[in-house]
Formats: sequence, structure tokens, C-alpha cells
Amino acid sequence: PPIAYEFQEELVIRPLHSGDIYASFQFRTVWETDFTRGISHYRLFPKSLGQVISKFSVRELHISFTQGYWRTMQWGQPYLPSPPGAELWVWFQDTVTDVDATWKELTNVLSGIFCASLNFIDSTNTVQPSASFKPLGIANGTDHRFLRYATLPREIVCTENLTPWKKLLPCGSKAGLAVLLKSEKLFHSSFHSQAVHIRPVCQDEPCKTASLELRQTLNVVFDLHASGQGKREWSLFKMFSRTLTEACPLASSSKIYIDVTDNPQDQFELSPATHLLSQAVVLGDRRTFSVYDLTQQVTFGTVRSLNVLIRWKSTEGDMLRPLLHAERYVAGYGLQTGEIHTLMYNNHPFRSFPVLLLDSVPWYLRLYVHTLTVTSKGKDNKPSYIHYQPSKDRMRPHLLEMLVQLPPHSVTEVTVQFERALLKWTEYTPDPNHGFYVGSSVVSALVPSTVAMNTNITKEQPLFSTFFPTKEESSYFIRVYTEPLLVNLPTPDFSMPYNVICLTCTVVAVGYGSLYNLLTRSFQVEEPNPGLAKRIANVIRKMRGVPPL
Amino acid sequence: MGLLSDPNRRRALISLLTRLNAPICALCYFAAVCWFMGLAFEPFTLRTYMSENAMGSTMVEERFPSGERALATGKEFAAHKKKVGGMPVDWLVKTMQARGLEVFTQSFSRTLPFPDENKERYIVKGTNVYGILRAPRAPRTEALVLSAPCSPGDNNNQAVGLLLGLAHYFRSQVFWAKDIIFLVNEHDLIGMQAWLESYHHTNTTGMDWSPLQGRGGSIQAALSLELSSDVITSLDIILEGLNGQLPNLDLANLFYAFCQKIGVLCTIQGRLQRNDWDSVSGYSHAVQTMMLMVMKQASGRPWGDHGLFLRYHIEAATVKGINSFRQYKTDVTTVGRLLEGMFRKLNNLLERLHQSYFFYLMPSLSHFVSIGYYMPAFGLLAVILLLRALDLWVQLVSPPAIAADGVGDIAQQSSPGVLSVLTPLVISHLTGAALYILPTRFQEIAVEHFPVSETEAVVLTAIAVYTAGLALPHNTHRLLSGEGTEQGWRVLKLVAVLYLAVLLGCTALINFSLGFILALTLVPVAAFVTPHVPKTLSAVVLVILSPAFTLLFSVFFFQELEEMPVSFQDGWLLYLSVISQGILDHYLYGSLVYPLIALMVYPCWLLFWNILFWK
Repeated sequence: PPIAYEFQEELVIRPLHSGDIYASFQFRTVWETDFTRGISHYRLFPKSLGQVISKFSVRELHISFTQGYWRTMQWGQPYLPSPPGAELWVWFQDTVTDVDATWKELTNVLSGIFCASLNFIDSTNTVQPSASFKPLGIANGTDHRFLRYATLPREIVCTENLTPWKKLLPCGSKAGLAVLLKSEKLFHSSFHSQAVHIRPVCQDEPCKTASLELRQTLNVVFDLHASGQGKREWSLFKMFSRTLTEACPLASSSKIYIDVTDNPQDQFELSPATHLLSQAVVLGDRRTFSVYDLTQQVTFGTVRSLNVLIRWKSTEGDMLRPLLHAERYVAGYGLQTGEIHTLMYNNHPFRSFPVLLLDSVPWYLRLYVHTLTVTSKGKDNKPSYIHYQPSKDRMRPHLLEMLVQLPPHSVTEVTVQFERALLKWTEYTPDPNHGFYVGSSVVSALVPSTVAMNTNITKEQPLFSTFFPTKEESSYFIRVYTEPLLVNLPTPDFSMPYNVICLTCTVVAVGYGSLYNLLTRSFQVEEPNPGLAKRIANVIRKMRGVPPL
Repeated sequence: MGLLSDPNRRRALISLLTRLNAPICALCYFAAVCWFMGLAFEPFTLRTYMSENAMGSTMVEERFPSGERALATGKEFAAHKKKVGGMPVDWLVKTMQARGLEVFTQSFSRTLPFPDENKERYIVKGTNVYGILRAPRAPRTEALVLSAPCSPGDNNNQAVGLLLGLAHYFRSQVFWAKDIIFLVNEHDLIGMQAWLESYHHTNTTGMDWSPLQGRGGSIQAALSLELSSDVITSLDIILEGLNGQLPNLDLANLFYAFCQKIGVLCTIQGRLQRNDWDSVSGYSHAVQTMMLMVMKQASGRPWGDHGLFLRYHIEAATVKGINSFRQYKTDVTTVGRLLEGMFRKLNNLLERLHQSYFFYLMPSLSHFVSIGYYMPAFGLLAVILLLRALDLWVQLVSPPAIAADGVGDIAQQSSPGVLSVLTPLVISHLTGAALYILPTRFQEIAVEHFPVSETEAVVLTAIAVYTAGLALPHNTHRLLSGEGTEQGWRVLKLVAVLYLAVLLGCTALINFSLGFILALTLVPVAAFVTPHVPKTLSAVVLVILSPAFTLLFSVFFFQELEEMPVSFQDGWLLYLSVISQGILDHYLYGSLVYPLIALMVYPCWLLFWNILFWK
């Protein structure tokens, strides 16, 4: 059968209330193939990933590298959420017999492909969520034994992760939107996140045959004060220090969307102006976008280069009220116990909705699950579903999943106390006084939508609105990550181990030993030994038969 | 130890120790005082040095340019403060938002156990305003804090101005790896306590506060700024925190290093450093600086807004601008540059400050005395107690020599009952508990029946209970077990001496200064008191060396050190206010000095008082 490929690229730019600007790249390669059989030709699909998928029988793979924390209160919801650090979750085919071994091998291979420390994923930070991470593509089974989820909150993302990511693109960074991805600007931002998502999708409406979809996404937020010098004026050149001259020749579609919904009174102007407008339903809201189609030569104008400029006429910014947001912190002081507080805000004025909370806590924080409380508006809020898997020391982390109903316009607080474990001295990191990380908790929710969501998957839509599948019109799916935690554990003074060891040994040996000796021994006065002369005299006296001296 | 396992030699050693007990004790006491005074002598101290590599070798440039603008902002703040008559919350929120910070407010209220006459407050309601500068590409796990108090009157306006100026400047920089929290706290320490308790969601003192909306992860370090003039002559660093806790020495080193680099005069305890350590006046200068630190640390109260951070293992110090009559002045831009440098270095930290010392005394900003050097001074005092205990033990176990006149009766040799020891112990501790509980409980009754204010009522009740305690216990043991025996007081004294040794030892480990000052006065009492010394004279000595008089002397001594000597009349009033402040510190911030004195030290002293009047 003829193998069909499709490659699309897309950039969405959304001006944010805070004056910052959000740019989201998506590159999508769809490959109509039965990828379970042996494959030798990959064409547009990156071979390195294709081989990994067929070798390890991966059904879905989602990996993200994020530097920074998405500020929901300032920026609203992102198109693609991701937690700080690295996140990896994989659904394996149900033909895989030893999932754990395959997972271990897969993480090591991915570690090489993306130049990241994914090889630090092991059984102590891997969990199998029962409900929070359902397959995003077509799936005929959701047995969570074939799911593995892990985060590395400490992972630092930098250029060495960007380069291999760019190499997976059909045009590399030579042409198309990827020209803009220059690391000196991308890492001069408030937030940077890059991800790879592989999943099986339907080819057509009846969904008889599946095709493999590879989405590479990159999200970046530029700061008004640091990158923008405090001036509310953004252009492609100011953001990326490049302009666009052509689309990727292999791309079937290549577009730039600018979100102009918040511009009813012409608070900002776009240049060059475009008459192409598009509407899309995204994150429960109908948004209007100005579109630049890069496959059309006319877009580049006479100067043969496109530098979209957004200039504000008036400046005003206020705090957003996103419908759902979450935060987390550690309460208490001292190095013995503590309490994890997770706050979930439902800002919807009259609708309550359920959320799934997933917490994965390392074993060295010993959770006291009997202290778990969930309160909303001062009242106990009993979760309708709780899945808890206790930790095993040095083996696996705690996993806590809960289905909680958030009442309208409320804050729901989940608290659980913990005790800090004393590690063995080789288990401390090289910088133990920095603290130990606890990964973000994940809040997955079906939020009531203000407009009807689009459930037709085959209709032509911008890429950014089609990542999470929508099953019903009245609500949409979002995922919110809380901040990771940094927890100090009781730490010995490593700066002078030699002194410590010497001193301890001396005190124990000398002090304790001899004191013990003194306390337990019974003392008796011994007759002094007679001198030599006396002994000889006694011998003589004995021979003479007189009593000795 | 071989010495002790040989019974002959052991006997010889013990007899030597018992025979020469008094001279050895006197020698130890003398040696302890000499050792302590020697600590301030410069050749015996260590120079400070930066232990933390992350702050040591990395270079930072200070470029803060806009001191004048910060002063203008400070004036604006002062105008708004005057207009509102307190914290200008709306103005601060708007100003911080304009500087690109995430701004949050927190309201709190606290009713004091009794009115604070020094600061004239009883029911305190206030609002803290703080703005968070989010570090780019950082996941909100670490934070630094810069705070300035919103003080009544014209104080600290420049501090708030400079804080806002720094916030504006820091916001446009890209190198931040930790969130920076700019906090303006109302009602100084009470506001700070409310904010910190809310940040860590603890409630140790029963304060009402609204929960915080924004956080920045675990706070690594904090600086508190006090600045009340447009130009300054020197900057003072205040380290002493709650319960005598001190921040890591590296924080003081950092301050000193930047003062040297930028060329600002810096002081500790408000005293400049002198180079003539070999002259008498130079030495006495160092001793006075160290004594000031000892007195402040022993008081257990937070000496600046930073003092409350230390409970949460956050290294913190207060930087205070001083404007005296010197010619050489430093402008606010320079102070801003100094703070910028310090924050940039703290931002470079990879781990919490932990490399340097947490226990130290500072005779000057460039020299310090570490715990290994000052502990022997206390150890020498503690040895006296152990020697006395040994002496008593030997007297108790060895059969008393039959007196020449054959009066050594059998009854006296029988070991005294548990009751005869337990009764004074229990009674003196009950008196201590009364001293702890009654003053705050009975203030209303006292105000009804006597023409005094609540604060006076509390202090006077405390003094009354203290004095009443002197009359109570020394006769009570007779009620239960008849006449006190010769063995009886020895056992009681043995218990009391060991109790005191443990008590002082533990105190000195946590708060050396407090432990040392208490040991200095209580150890002689413990050493000499017996029922056979002249009663009247000993009673006077005992009272003079009691904890209450120690506090009185400390007040006068502290005023002397501060070069603000007071007359006896003023000193007495000051003494009363110090007592009320100490009780307030306990109820407001959780300072442990008042309960320690009331529940442990005073009962222990009463035991010795009891022994003196043993019949």
C-alpha cells in the first residue's frame, strides 16, 4: 500500500495580560502505517524514534522538558501543560511481557536520544497511575499495568536538549518555522518547554485504520521587563532575533496564528496586516486568530521576509482568574516532620466539577496517610475515589490518586503529614543541603466549557486545539501541574567526615570502654608480691620447720 | 582510666580532690572568667573568612543606579503613610504591581496578653504587603526575602523607598535563579511573625492571620533593612535572633566583604572596628563589643525583624543604616549597590548556607570566636559543680568519722527518706509554676484592687510571687519528715548541684551567653551554700546572686556598655519594663527565656535557698 506522510507546522502567538508574550510551536508528522510490523523506510518520520517505538513496542510516548513554571494566575492556561523538569509517560503494547525491564531500557535509550538524564528514572520514581493518565490516542485497552509515569523535577533543560529535538524535524532548523528556534533567545525567557508526543490516531471518521502521529511542541514565554525592556511591543525579530523567509518545503501547511480575541477596541495593531481570520474553540473558549499562511508567497511581501509586529497603544494588565489552578507548599519547621498542602482553586462562579489529583512522593518522605484531609469551604470533602499505593524504602514511591469534587467558587485544600527519613550516608546527593525534590502533583480535570467544544476530529483545525481529544461538547480537558517542592532532610555535616569519624571512635573507645570497665569490674586488694630475699628466707624457714615470715 | 581502676590511687585521687576541693573550685572559677575575658583579645581570635565557595570566588558587579529615585519613592511612601495613618496598602500594591511584581496582601490581628507600654499597643491589627519577583525559568522552589518595616512616625521611609527601588531594578535583570520576595511588614515583629507563620502554615503563638496567596518555595536567606535617613555614615549588622539563635557566620562575612569592597563603614553592635588591639583601650573596645553581643544574645529576644526567620532555619540578618556626626557620608545608591551585591551572591548559592559556623561570638566584624574557643570558659564553671557533687558523694558514702566526743549518732547515718528531698523539689517547682502562670492570669484582679495599669500589675505580680517564694519553701520539708538531718541536706544539695549542672549545660549548648551569665552567678551559690555558713550574710549574698538580681545588674551593665548610663531610678523603671518585655516576647514570639527562668532556674535557686535555711 502507498505510504502516506503529512507534515504540518504551526506557530501560535498569544499576548498575555501581564504584558508578556507566549509563543507555541507545533510540528506534526502523521504517518499512515501499521507500525507494529517491521519497518525499514522512515522518510519524514525520524528514524531514531521510529526504531525505538518498534523495538520497545511503545503504543504512546509523551516526553517533555521544561525549564520554569507556568504561571497560571498571570498567563492563563497553556495549550500544552508540562511540569518543571522532565516528564515521561509511556503506554506499552499489551504484547510486552516484562514492562519494567522494557521501561528501564527505554528510558536509557531516550536519555541518549535527548541528551538528558532520563537514565535516573528507576523504580524509586516511577509510578503506575490508575486514572490520571489515560491514552490520548485511539486505544482499545486501558489496563494501567502497561503505563509508566515518571518525573525528574531537578532536570535542567538547555541547548544540549534543544539540538537533538530540532534534529527530529524534517527540515531541521534550516527552513520553515524552526529557523526561529535559536537557543540564545529561547533560553532568555521566563518559561521554556519542549515536548515530543507520539500516539496512534484515526485516519478518517470510521477509524478503520490507525496512523502514527508525532507532535513536537515547543512553548516559550518572553518576559516584558527582561526581554522586552519594559516596552509592550513584540515582533518576531525581537523575540527570536530572526525573521521568516519561507515555509518548510516538506510541509503541507505552515501557519502563524496570532490571538487577537482580546483586541476588540484595537488595543494593539498588527503589521503587516492580514485579512485572514480564523476562529477556533480552544480551552473552553472561542478565540479569534489572525492567520499568516507561509505557504503563500504573498505573505512575505516585497521584502521577502516576514516579521510580524504587535504594537500596543495602551497598556493595562490585571490578574486573571483562571477557572482552575493549583498550588502546593510544605508547612511546618524543623527537620523531623512536615505537612504537604495542596490547594486547588475552582473559580467558576456556579459550576462544580470533579478533578483527579495525582501525587507521587519519594519514599524518604514517609506519608502519614491517616492524617490525609480534604476540605472545601471549611467542610470535609470526601473524595469519591482514592487509590493509594504505599512506598517501599529504596524501592518505590508513594502514589496517591484521588477524585475530588470541587465546589463552585472555592478553594479545596488537601493536607497530609509526613516524616523525614534519615538516609544512609551514601544515599545523599553531592549537595545534600540544597534539599530533595518532590515532583509536581498533577490535577486533571474536565472543566465546564462556556462554548460548545468541537468533537469532530476529522475537521480541519489548528493543531493547538486538537491535542486533548474531546468526548463531549459541554466540557474540556485540562491538566494543571503544581510547583515541585524542595524539602530539606536531616543531613549530617559532611564537611569534616574525618574529624567526625575520629572523634566518635575515640569517644566510644576510650570513654565508654573504660567507664564500662570501671563500672562492671569488682575490685579486690591484692596481697603484694613478697620480694626475692623474703621468698628465699621463707624457703629456708620452711625447711627449718618454722612459720614463714 | 588506669588511674581510676587502681583502688589505692583512686582513693588518693579522690582524697586529693576532696581535700583541695575549695581551692580547685576557686581556681576554676577564676580561670573561667580569665578565659572568657581573653576571648576578645585579638591574637586569640580567628579572622573571619568566607567558607561558602559559591559566594566566595564568584565575582558580581553592582550597578544599582537609582538611589535618588528610591528616595523620592520613599518620600511618596511617607506622604501616603501620613495620609492613611498607617500602612498605605493600596498605594504599595499599585506601586509594586507597576514594578512588575506579583503582589499579595495579608491581614493579621493579635490581642496582646497585656498592653505593651513601650510601643503603646494592645489590640494589633495590620496588613503586610509583599511582592514576588519570579525568577525566569525557575520552578518556584527557592526564594530570598528582602523586608523593610512600615514603622510609625518618620522611621524607615527610606528603607521602603530603597526596597521598591531595588525591586524595580532587580525586575529587569535576567540572572535571578531564586524568587525574590519584597516584604513590607506592619507592626514590626508582630507583622513579621504573622507573615512567617502563614508562609509555613504553623501557629505557635495563637495569632490570627489570613492565609497567603503566593509563595516562592523554601526561603534560603533573608535580609531586613532599616534606614531612616537620606545619607548614612555607617551600616550596622544585627545578628542576634530569637532565643539567642544566630545566622550562619557566612552571612556576616558576606556583609563585611561587600562593605570592604564598596568602601562603606560597617559596624557590629554599633561599634567600629579598631586596629590597636595591643593597647588597653583597643582591647577594652573589643571586650565591650563582645559583651554587648553576649548580653543581647542572652536576652533571647529578636533584635531586629530578621530574628524570627531563624526558627525556620532561614539565615537572616538586619542591616541598619546609622547617621551620626561623622564627616564622611554614604548615599543611598551605594547602600543599594551593597544590597544588590549581597543578593546576587545569595542568588548564586547552590545549597543553604551551612559551611560556616552557627555558634560564635564577635569581638569585631573581622574576628570571631568559635564554639570550640568559648565553650571551655563554660566548661570550667561546670567542672566546679561536678567537683562539688563528687565531694558531697564521697561525704555521703564514706562512713562519717566518729567524732572525738562520740556524738556521731546512729540515727543521722541512716539515709534520709525520699520525701525529704522530693518535698522541697516539688514545692520550689510549684512556686516556679506560679511565677510562670500567675502574672498574666491575675492581671485583671490586680488592676481591680490596686491603682496600677495592666502592665504594672503583671510585673509587680511577678516580683511579688518571686519574693513570696523566698518565704515559702525553707520550712515546708519539716511538715512531712520531721527534723532535717545532716545527711538530708547533703542529699538535697547533691541533687540540686547535679540538676543545676544539667540545666546550665543544656542552656549553654543552645544559648551560650545565657548559660554563661547564669553559671557565673549561680555556680558560686551552689558551691558555697550549706546550713552551717553564717545565715544573714549568706542570705544577702544568695539574694544578690539570684536570677532576678542578675537581670537587674545586666540592665545596668548593658546601659553602661551602650554608653547610656542611667540613674538608679531610671534603671529601676527600665528593669520593670524589661521584665514585661520578656514576658511579652514569650507570648508573642515564643521566646523561651521567661519560662526557662520561671520554671527551671528559679526553682533550682530556691533549692539552694532551702539548704541555707535547713534545720
